[in-house]
Amino acid sequence: MSIHSRHIVIGGAAGQGLVTVGQLLCKSMIRAGYEVLVTQDYMSRVRGGHNTYNIRVGVEPLTGPTDACDILVALNQETVELHRNSLSSKGLLVLDEELDALGLPALKVPFATLAPKAIFQNVAALGVLCSALGIAKEIPSKLVHDSFGKKGDAVVQQNMQVLDDAYAWGLANGLECEKLPQPKNLTPRMFLNGNEAIALGALAAGVKFCSFYPMTPATSVAQNLITHGRKMGVIVEQVEDEIAALNMGLGASYAGAPTLVPTSGGGFALMTEAVSLAGVMEQPVVIVLAQRPGPATGLPTRTEQADLNLVLYAGHGEFPRAIFAPGTIEECFLLTHKAFDITEKYQTPAFVLTDQELADRHMGVVPFDLSRLPAVAQPDLGDGAAEQYRRYALTRDGLSPRRIPGYGSSIVLADCHEHTEDGHITEDMGMRVAMNDKRFIKAEGMVDEVVPPKRFGAAHPKRLLVCWGSTEGAAREAADMLNAKGESVGVLSFSQVWPLNPGQFMADLEAAEEVICVEGNKTAQFARLLRQETGFAMHGTVLRYDGRPFTPDYILGKLAG
Amino acid sequence: MIDINAYGEYKTSWCPGCGNHDVLKALKQALAELDLAPHQVAHVSGIGQAAKAPHYITLNGFNGLHGRGLPPAQAVKLVNPALTVIAESGDGCNYGEGGNHFLAAIRRNVDMTLLAHDNQIYGLTKGQASPTTFEGHVTKSQPDGVTNAPFNPIAVAVAMRANFVARAFSGNVPHLVKMIQAAINHPGFAMVDIFSPCISFNKVNTFGWYKQRCYELGDDYDPTNWDAAMEKAYEFGDRIPMGVIWKTDRKPLNERLPMCAKGALGKQPVDKAVLEGIMQAYI
Ligand SMILES: Cc1ncc(C[n+]2csc(CCOP(=O)(O)OP(=O)(O)O)c2C)c(N)n1
Ligand code: SF4
Ligand SMILES: [Mg+2]
Repeated sequence: MSIHSRHIVIGGAAGQGLVTVGQLLCKSMIRAGYEVLVTQDYMSRVRGGHNTYNIRVGVEPLTGPTDACDILVALNQETVELHRNSLSSKGLLVLDEELDALGLPALKVPFATLAPKAIFQNVAALGVLCSALGIAKEIPSKLVHDSFGKKGDAVVQQNMQVLDDAYAWGLANGLECEKLPQPKNLTPRMFLNGNEAIALGALAAGVKFCSFYPMTPATSVAQNLITHGRKMGVIVEQVEDEIAALNMGLGASYAGAPTLVPTSGGGFALMTEAVSLAGVMEQPVVIVLAQRPGPATGLPTRTEQADLNLVLYAGHGEFPRAIFAPGTIEECFLLTHKAFDITEKYQTPAFVLTDQELADRHMGVVPFDLSRLPAVAQPDLGDGAAEQYRRYALTRDGLSPRRIPGYGSSIVLADCHEHTEDGHITEDMGMRVAMNDKRFIKAEGMVDEVVPPKRFGAAHPKRLLVCWGSTEGAAREAADMLNAKGESVGVLSFSQVWPLNPGQFMADLEAAEEVICVEGNKTAQFARLLRQETGFAMHGTVLRYDGRPFTPDYILGKLAG
Repeated sequence: MIDINAYGEYKTSWCPGCGNHDVLKALKQALAELDLAPHQVAHVSGIGQAAKAPHYITLNGFNGLHGRGLPPAQAVKLVNPALTVIAESGDGCNYGEGGNHFLAAIRRNVDMTLLAHDNQIYGLTKGQASPTTFEGHVTKSQPDGVTNAPFNPIAVAVAMRANFVARAFSGNVPHLVKMIQAAINHPGFAMVDIFSPCISFNKVNTFGWYKQRCYELGDDYDPTNWDAAMEKAYEFGDRIPMGVIWKTDRKPLNERLPMCAKGALGKQPVDKAVLEGIMQAYI
């Protein structure tokens, strides 16, 4: 079944406030009861260029972006020119009366009259769009109150006046625009993106320290922790470089703070020596890697899934790790929370691997139920037999109680060399082997805790689409569209890509007639990983590496041709 | 005062006669006299001969990567301000591989002490030039003599107005003890650049070479006079001053951050009610 939804594309130059308009509109639609999904497409510049804010709105749950455009809100002429051909047949162009509609059916808005000053244009656009879409005026009115309340009564009053006028103008100028169907979802929802969900997941898990060096599209993870850090007692430090970021993070972890280090591929490349340090030191840390296309600086503000191999193999030597790849905003929250548990329990680095599309994807999300979250593993807070305490004591399950320096009289020596049980340098062959084995005994436990892949679409599919991370939404919708046409298509979506637990999915792969890997890179990294680990060779791939997110149409096009 | 035996006695892998032995002795004495028990101190290092120190003394220890001692050291103090934090490693570690962290640590000004063993050579990797090796110094890797101008850590630290900058020499343990204690007691980032001769790989800057040149600054020297400090920082020839070259009292980062005021961060519970409120604000 294809999801009925409408698509609003707001286009303009950076600095024109398109994100503000988009956010106000989305929050209004969510409060009105609609499902909303936003993807952002922006250039690597602060002013000018051409950016779009793509809103998908419907009454059924939405999973991912599309290429469609039913309402094009053009904040500048370039938007009209670039998107004139993508506007659907019943589509409508909304633009300032000064701009040229190039013969398209258009609603020409007298923004200069509706907004007495340029700063009110956002609210004017909100008023016009809400009336055009049939959203009751009380909803944007309340939102304006909530959003501008802190700035004082005068500001609220001025904005309310602009909103009233714009809404009235919209009604009076009778729009030839298909109204949205009646909304259904009246549960209060947050308007949240992937990075915000990661920050909330970290806070729920008890994050206390975050060190970072800014890099798109990861920066806003730290930014969100800065925003909430004071209230939640989290130190967020912008440091001199990514090498410092992870080494500092490991120091914080040693001293007892659950720690998060966010970055993108280039920054992570600088961290790799410290990833190895975390492995041998058995120091918990959660690293968030929001991917963007490489190599090197690549396409800084676009999306890709080409750093899987980097994260899998980063760091010299051998040590276990866990890699989560959330497929939804909710999973950004839940799997970040879980990463904190796994990294503390197994004392080895855990990764949350996302990408620009998911980092910036906004949706309406029900506030997370904190009371239902599982407990997060804690270090050993005891101080018994302090004289005998050995940080790397050899145990049956490979896990050595991790005490925190200064909490008691136990002496905690963490070391980067191969070491003895008490953390001292050793070159003894037997001890080396015992310690290396110990670190990998932990890995066995990690396999038992792997998040199983999710199944969508047909129950016993002939054709199986395998995907990981953010690609899930588009793959699900593509499968739904094919199934609606009578095909038998399923989706197997991995939200943990390391370690793999073949018992969880081999039967699915073997039962399908055709298995196709859908992933956002050129070399089918996950398909290769799966083959390496299981011997199973998928029958085909749908790959994307033009910097743009997967959409159902893109997948269908590749499958067809 | 703590019994010096509390810090243990370990077999080291240092060459007999290496300056590091005396630095270790001075550190133990300094801590004992300051009444700092092993569990109250976090001793952070990088990699190099000097950086092996955490293995030769009983203290909480974090032996990290080459060049990367300072970032974890600062984090330890921020996360648990009750700990006394000491970073210890060589000239290559601090001023070469970790040079950016050295500059950043001065600016960040976390309350901690850096003991930089300065033997003007890479000891562990067997005698290549370090950032502080003199121009013209011939090594196996620089057979025609070093062509880079030497790095002057004291001058850089004074120029950046680090909170506390001192120099000492392993050949004068009583003075070194005093410098370590003054550095620990001084709030903010405090460094002691310690001449600790490498008897195996530096045949230029030997024990005798330092002994001949090093002199103690007298009571008439004012370490709060920046111009005088800059001048002393460049006195590096026939005479080299030992002592507190410069000090100031910019407020340490850990005293500025409200999160540090409640003690160890890891002991603070997650305030679920506050988090619920944060989520509501996204609606
Ligand atoms: C990333 C990295 N690069 C290089 C090395 C090799 N290495 C170890 S110690 C060292 C230099 C040591 O010199 P210094 O810091 O002055 O310490 P010293 O041995 O003189 O006390 C080097 C180059 C390493 N361990 N890690
Ligand atoms: S090589 Fe030099 S620095 Fe290393 S232990 Fe020997 S004397 Fe000391
Ligand atoms: Mg050296």
